Formats: sequence, structure tokens, C-alpha cells
Amino acid sequence: MEYSLASLVSSAEGVGIARAARLNEIRYNGLKAEEINERMRQALAVMRQSAERGFDPGTHSMSGMTGGQAVKLMAAAQDGRTAGGGYLGRAAARALAIAESNAAMGKIVAAPTAGACGILPAALLTAQEEYGLTDDQLIDGLIVAGAVGEVIAARASISGAQGGCQAECGSAAAMAAAALVCVRNGTAQQCADACGFALMNIMGLVCDPVRGLVEVPCVYRNASGVAGAFVAADLALAGIPCPLPPDEVIDAMKAVGEQLPPSLRETGEGGCAACPSACGRRGPGE
Amino acid sequence: MNLFDIIGPVMIGPSSSHTAGAARIGRVARQLLGEQPVKAVVSFHGSFEKTYQGHGTDRAVAGGLMNMGVDDERLRRSLKLARDAGMDISFRPVKLRDAHPNTVVVDVIGASGKHVTVQAASVGGGSILVQYLDGLEVGFSGEKTTLVIRHTDEPGAIATVTHMLSSMRINIAAMRVFRREAGGEAIMAIELDQRPRDSLISALKILPAISDVTLLDQI
Repeated sequence: MEYSLASLVSSAEGVGIARAARLNEIRYNGLKAEEINERMRQALAVMRQSAERGFDPGTHSMSGMTGGQAVKLMAAAQDGRTAGGGYLGRAAARALAIAESNAAMGKIVAAPTAGACGILPAALLTAQEEYGLTDDQLIDGLIVAGAVGEVIAARASISGAQGGCQAECGSAAAMAAAALVCVRNGTAQQCADACGFALMNIMGLVCDPVRGLVEVPCVYRNASGVAGAFVAADLALAGIPCPLPPDEVIDAMKAVGEQLPPSLRETGEGGCAACPSACGRRGPGE
Repeated sequence: MNLFDIIGPVMIGPSSSHTAGAARIGRVARQLLGEQPVKAVVSFHGSFEKTYQGHGTDRAVAGGLMNMGVDDERLRRSLKLARDAGMDISFRPVKLRDAHPNTVVVDVIGASGKHVTVQAASVGGGSILVQYLDGLEVGFSGEKTTLVIRHTDEPGAIATVTHMLSSMRINIAAMRVFRREAGGEAIMAIELDQRPRDSLISALKILPAISDVTLLDQI
């Protein structure tokens, strides 16, 4: 199986990208159609639960560094106190909620990783709320996101230790952007373009967890990652072609990851982790 | 790789390597012991040692030792559950030579007196590599059904086992054999495409060259 967005787009001709992605899983990866539907439905249910739990103001990580903030953003978005409007605010709040829930040992779906688990579900669940989408449409979006994620994982990396945060939150944003285009009835090429835009716009983002924990800045990057996904999807849905072939952008992301020094690849030594205030900080949980 | 390697696994956070992988290592140790430990000493190396409390790595290993899966909500409370169940579990730092940064040594004793030491690494995305069993190099991932056989290093021991597997139409995906010294204690780690029946395990156990057989289900 050739891992490229170009081949995914060409296989979608006449059948659409969601169906093409399903057929690829059946043909090349030995999955069964019913298994795909059933397991994706379960994943969607866990995503929904993780979003709900993250809005519990009592959610706190063991380090005490994160938790309880998503509920504030959701309230601000619902009360019209945000600058980015209700829809974007609710999406960012949901991404933050899921990421905070993850940091507090909640049950989540890694998408593609645990550290970036808030972005894809926040994009799809908030689009469902806004546009009245069915769960079946969301499952199509998840399958497209998975197909895009496979291409990124095969050509580049989805590991922060290997490729920096661009490989984790960047990949999640690219997957979410493609899923959003799918559920908003864009074309297969627009899904690929959205993926290209998302990665282009987040290229170089380093992985710099404070105290080595999946918390700061990770949970907030989930919130900003979903915003990036919406912008990338909108660029593509507006008919703006990605100025560079999306596969080349993925390859560039891999090359950038290799050029990042180890201090900026999940070692907790550089970037935010090296801020003086980040060293030795203790939260209420300890 | 398939769709569910990207959209998944369903797991308890926060980290696939430091939480999900650690829980799987605990569960492998539990299955190799074959009973719930009454005493467990867990030694963390490298990144595991530095961040285990914040990542819940200690709770994950304890949960695994209680046979919990990576998506078991009880992982959060596993330390209390383990102690309530009579497990004396403790954690300590260790510095190992040439070890992966996410390595843990789990030393467990069961009520029967059986004692097992497992050294394993969490190598990313929740995948693990079991490196040493009681100081003998093994090297299996737990992603397939795995047969772990302790035996005496003598001619025919391996052939007998592989013949019994083939007669039951069970295919070997990968196999490694290690011995402490020529003619001494040895271990076979055999990854299988099909799960053998319990009768095969019983039949293996009565062979004179074999001292112990453990069937690890996909963890």
C-alpha cells in the first residue's frame, strides 16, 4: 500500500474519500466493514465521555499543574465573552477538556496520541453540535482522519520524542482538518489540502513538556490545535488550494523533526520546560 | 499499521508510553507469575524514574499487576486496590546500563512462594518489549499470544516443543531461545499466530526437560 495523500485522493474518485478510506482498510489492512463501524462507534462514545468529564471543575492532574480550566473557557464561549465567537470557543474548550481529562488519568482515545487526544474529537463533536451532524457522518470523519494519520505516521512520525509537537498536535490538527472538510461535504482534494494547510501552519512546533509531564503546554496546545484545524479546513473549503503538495509538506515536517535538537523533543529540557518558572514549580496536588 | 493504530488505543491517560505501556508491563509480570503477587518491588529507570508520579506510571504498573487492562478506569485507584487486596507494593529508583529510558524492573512474589523478575521497556505508543525474565534475555512484545517455557538446555528440547505445536496446526510467528549456560537453565519465548488449547500446555508441562510453561494472552 502506497502511503500518500495523492493516492488516497485518486482512490476517492467516484466513491468519495470516506468510502475510499474504508475500502483501503478492508483491502490492505484486513479489517472487516462491520468491525470498522463498531469500533469507531465505541471510539466516538469514549471521545464524548472524555469531553463531558473534562468539564468537571474538580478534574485535576496528579501534579496539580492542570485541570479545571476548560469549564471556564466553555462558560466564556457560551456567555459571549470570547473574541473568537461561540463556535470556535466551544471547540477550543472541548479540546482543553479532553486534554485535561487525559492529564487527570481519564479514559481517552489516543488520536493519534494521548498527548494530542483533544483535537480531533473536539473538532467533530463541536461541528456536530453546530450543524446537526449524525453519528454516522462523524464516523466517516474519524475514518478519513485515521487514513490521513496513517499517511503522516508512515511518511513522517506521530511521536513527539521523534518529531516534536508538530508530529503530535500537528498531526492531530491535520487529521481534524481533513475530517472537518469531510463532514462539511468538501472534496477529497480539499481534505488533502486542509491537511497540508494544517501541517504547514504548525510546522516546527517543538515538544517541550514542563517537568516532562503531558500537561503544560500540551493541554493548551490541544485548544490551539483545534483552532488551527478549523482555519485549515476553512481555507480548503473556500476553494483555496494548498500552495505546496500536501505530501511534500508531510515530508518537510519529518525533515524538520529530524533537525530538532533532542532538547526540543519530549525531553523536558528546552522551550517552555526551560522557563525559570517551570523548573521546580509545585502545584496543589503535591 | 491500520486505522485503529491511529484512532486508538482507548486508554487511561495521560501517556501512551508512561501509562498504557507501564500497565501492560505490569500485566505481563502478573501473567508470568501466574497468580496475584503478595509482594512487588518496582524499580524505575530513566524517564520513568523522573516522571513516574506525574504520569501515574506507579498506578499503571500496580493496575497491571492486578490484571487490569490499559482502559480500566480502576487504574487511577489501583495502588489502594492493590494494598487492600494484600499486595505489599513499593517503588524505587534504579540505574541500569544501556537500558531504554522508559525501563522498569518488576520483582514479584506470589502467595505460593513463586518469584519472578521481569525487566521491560515501554518503547512508544503503548508498545512494550519484555527484555529479561529472571535475568535471562527474552525479547517479546506481548502483542501476540506468547508461550514462555523454562527448560533445561539439552538436545531435543526445542524440537519436541515445535513438533507439538506443529501437530496442533499452530504456527510460530517468532521464537527466541536463551540459556544461562550450556546444559543449564534456558527459556524459550515463542510468539504464536493461534492460541493453543490448555491441553497442549498440560502436555508440555509433564515433559522432563521442561520446568515451567506460561501462556501469555495478547496484552
